[in-house]
Amino acid sequence: MIPAITALLTCQLAGEVLARALGLPVPGPVIGMVLLFVLLLLRGREAPTGLGATADGLLNNLGLLFVPAGVGVVLHLPLLARDWAPLSLAVLAGTLAAIAATGRIAQALLRRRQG
Amino acid sequence: MSGLAEIWVYLAQEPLAALTATLLAWLAAVRLHHWCGRHPLANPVLIAVALLAGGLLASGVAYRDYFAGAQFVHFLLGPATVALAVPLHRQFALVRQSAVAAVASVVLGGAFAAAAGVAIALALGAAPEVTASLAPRSVTTPVAMGLNALATALLLPLLWALFAG
Repeated sequence: MIPAITALLTCQLAGEVLARALGLPVPGPVIGMVLLFVLLLLRGREAPTGLGATADGLLNNLGLLFVPAGVGVVLHLPLLARDWAPLSLAVLAGTLAAIAATGRIAQALLRRRQG
Repeated sequence: MSGLAEIWVYLAQEPLAALTATLLAWLAAVRLHHWCGRHPLANPVLIAVALLAGGLLASGVAYRDYFAGAQFVHFLLGPATVALAVPLHRQFALVRQSAVAAVASVVLGGAFAAAAGVAIALALGAAPEVTASLAPRSVTTPVAMGLNALATALLLPLLWALFAG
């Protein structure tokens, strides 16, 4: 578990340093994810079991990690009270439309590849 | 009475209380989610946020003081984002088979999601900063929070949780 956490943190740290050094508009953890993915590809085998277990443990409880930031909604209650209608509609309708559009595009592209 | 005040000062200074409250709220929310047959509207993130936000408002604890403790949970978003490389690597054979279709539909669908959210909010007359915060909504939350100014990004997880199921 400790080697796995160290690997995750090292990739994140390298990602943060790269993002700042090169002025990239991409968050450091995303660059860290790409780094870890490339390392796993270069390794050529399955990911170490410890890393797999730690990654699954984190990702199975991903929702918990959003909670502290989500509670920040208490800072924006006046804004929510004012704009609740456009916000809810944009999020609800926008998300449904985006799921439908993404699915349609994927279907069309996959069909063309097979056909 | 001075004993109670001392305990309160201790709890306010250490991360212990905020961390424990966050985990308790999360466990309660997950249990409720199961009781509701995993209904999308009983989203555990939404329930936990509602419980904790209600607790802060009722007790008068400032969000900044709560977050001073809860930031240790928040910090794990970074390693969790890096950890996404593991399932991606596991599924890589599948992903590669349909790489062009997957990348194209994710990019186009993401652009469409951003445009649709902003267009609806604009049409209904939302404030500019609210409209702007809707743009990176289709990106996963940790990424969106890196992209957005912190103030607007704080809204996203809740809204996202509401509807992403």
